[in-house]
Amino acid sequence: MSEEKTIDIESMSAKDALGYFLPKVDEDARQAKKEGRLVCWSASVAPPEFCTAMDIALVYPETHAAGIGARHGSPALLEVAENKGYDQDICSYCRVNMGYMELMKQQTETGVTPATLESSPASRVPLPDVVLTCNNICNTLLKWYENLAKELNVPLINIDVPFNHEYPITKHAKRYIVGEFKEAIRQLEELCGRPFDYDKFFEVQRQTQRSIAAWNKIATYFKYKPSPLNGFDLFNFMGLAVAARSLDYAEITFTKFANELEEKVKNQKWAFGDNEKSRVTWEGIAVWIALGHTFKELKGHGSLMAGSAYPGMWDVSYEPGNLESMAEAYSRTYINCCLEQRGSVLEKVCRDGKCDGLILHQNRSCKNMSLLNNEGGQRVQKNLGIPYVIFDGDQTDPRNFSEAQFDTRVEALCETMDEQKEREGGNQ
Amino acid sequence: MSKIDELISKFQEVSNHPQQTVLKYKKETGKGLVGMMPYYAPEEIVYAAGYLPVGLFGAQNPKIAAARTYLPPFACSLMQADMELQLNGTYDCLDAVIFSVPCDTLRCMSQKWHGKAPVVVFTHPQNRKIRAAVDFLRAEYEHVRTELERYLHVNITDMAIQEAIKVYNENRRIMREFCDVAALYPQIFTPVKRHDVIKARWFMDKAVHTQWVRELIDTVKAEKVEPWHGKKVVISGIMAEPDEFLNIFQEFNLAVVADDLAQESRQFRTDVPEGIDPLEQLAQQWQDFDGCPLALNADKPRGQMLIDMTKKYDADAVVICMFRFCDPEEFDYPIYKTEFEDAGVRYTTVDVDLESPSLEQVRTRIQAFSEIL
Repeated sequence: MSEEKTIDIESMSAKDALGYFLPKVDEDARQAKKEGRLVCWSASVAPPEFCTAMDIALVYPETHAAGIGARHGSPALLEVAENKGYDQDICSYCRVNMGYMELMKQQTETGVTPATLESSPASRVPLPDVVLTCNNICNTLLKWYENLAKELNVPLINIDVPFNHEYPITKHAKRYIVGEFKEAIRQLEELCGRPFDYDKFFEVQRQTQRSIAAWNKIATYFKYKPSPLNGFDLFNFMGLAVAARSLDYAEITFTKFANELEEKVKNQKWAFGDNEKSRVTWEGIAVWIALGHTFKELKGHGSLMAGSAYPGMWDVSYEPGNLESMAEAYSRTYINCCLEQRGSVLEKVCRDGKCDGLILHQNRSCKNMSLLNNEGGQRVQKNLGIPYVIFDGDQTDPRNFSEAQFDTRVEALCETMDEQKEREGGNQ
Repeated sequence: MSKIDELISKFQEVSNHPQQTVLKYKKETGKGLVGMMPYYAPEEIVYAAGYLPVGLFGAQNPKIAAARTYLPPFACSLMQADMELQLNGTYDCLDAVIFSVPCDTLRCMSQKWHGKAPVVVFTHPQNRKIRAAVDFLRAEYEHVRTELERYLHVNITDMAIQEAIKVYNENRRIMREFCDVAALYPQIFTPVKRHDVIKARWFMDKAVHTQWVRELIDTVKAEKVEPWHGKKVVISGIMAEPDEFLNIFQEFNLAVVADDLAQESRQFRTDVPEGIDPLEQLAQQWQDFDGCPLALNADKPRGQMLIDMTKKYDADAVVICMFRFCDPEEFDYPIYKTEFEDAGVRYTTVDVDLESPSLEQVRTRIQAFSEIL
């Protein structure tokens, strides 16, 4: 608390606020552990509102793993998980997390920090007292958290949002999810030994909506051409949309960011200066292990990432106080929906970003985000008349990504976009 | 040919020629065919519609070519095979296809069917043990019923589903009895023969299959139980094909005395409970079912279930038939592996891949393992 007095959040830039708040989420969890409060590990698009209302600190293994990947620390942890029996075929976020969990467990059991953990750039988040999952982005998260609960002998709160093979979402699916919310409340009351705090829950819901509104506003700056917003910044700021949307950390930071973008528009300061030659939509998870490379390669061609459906998954807008509306919000994630809905979201992102091309990540770690890439690309090509390429990659396992292949695909895309523009008589 | 061989060969004829079998069925009975994609789609609703539910478990040694355009190499070989069979017209004889979506690959597969038949998709709930899950699944099954009625121009009554549940439960009971009997006669039921009797269920009217199995059991039980000089194993996984794969077990004198395969025993492990609302009963079965990675349970009972199976069947070991690129199966492994080690249960893992089965590697592994046992 004394530290906060000396920190002037007001005058921080959005980037500084991100640099301050993102590590603070982990620090909060460490502090909670110290004070004997509970810590929960949560799937990235699981509803945090219930735990936050009960003063449980949340840690996000996917964000944690992405951070480790970006700092080149994933190979060591992948190896720990693979030695434990986790197949290389399994999602690398999960394997990084299982490796981290294993080392933390060893540390707790023996009192000695294993050398691999000692040398790891992983933020030292505490082990959880409870885990929370939600399969609105993949069914892998069910198996991953089932294993975490078993390995750590802690309760699992599961918000299973059934795959929407029909859209709009059916009434019975919403009712089922509301039933699960009630079960989650029951589990939390049992775990905390006190009644659920409905007043705080309502407050947290409203906070979440303010954070999300600010998050959504940022993406609207892609309407400008040239764009004041560099899409890769969404990947950077996304950490707070994941880990702090139920706290004011996210709202403060995103509001600053939106204000800065507004200022840039006023002053005509564009992300690529005068060098925005083309705009692309990025479909899929970022390649965290090569974020710099993927960004630079595109930038080298003057190609600005001006849209991605991935950061939009955290658009969980709903009506506070209405559980059915909340159930709908957490279930409608585009990759939890039938191809028609999924394709229309991707198409909208390309259109809203005024994109000239689409680049799809065939992610070895994410079957759900990869197996319909062809269909998505073809739809966009047919309806918007823009080209697409697919590259092989991985979010956090460097063995599955090749810079050379990525560069070749980007080159091919840029050439096609250039040709198309020439045919159409210049930049439209 | 002995009476027993004759009876078993009937099942083998079906298992080895599924397409021929179901086409013959269609011609002889005038009834239609509904494809059941793996896993755990409610066959009873199809049966009640007067159609034959047909299992779509790929093919033995499929030649994957056209499917490559639609699936990356890290989709499992079962889905690759199913995609190929859609594209090459093998599945054009189907009048409808039912998809469940318990894994990420199936979610996507359900959205890119390239066969001619209309597709009905439904979702299993994965917070299975709460009441709301039963209500949800009941509504999903209502959707399956309505869609089938629309596509097949039939009326599927509650009464007909209750009748189908009886037929299916009877088949489940007889299949459990068969597995127990087969375990006593490993000289008769080589791994492939055992598999073929079970696999035939996927392409036959279950009432007829039950009759055939009843006759087989009664005939076999008249034989004296001989001592088995080889070793006994329990196999676990999605499926254990092609035949050459199972023949390796026989080659090294390993009897399969029980299985925990999605294609086999997991299908008849749990009965549909009795009641007055058949769709709700079917939904309850999903709530009661356990031990499959596609049915979530934070207690992870599969390891203990396998340990119990080794005791019940006096098995020497568990052989994990790990289906390549099946992440749900891969997730269970680190958990039960530790449980086996703690309980002193011996185990080994062999890769299963329909397209490129790496049989030499499997042979080496099984040989080494049989020597250790």
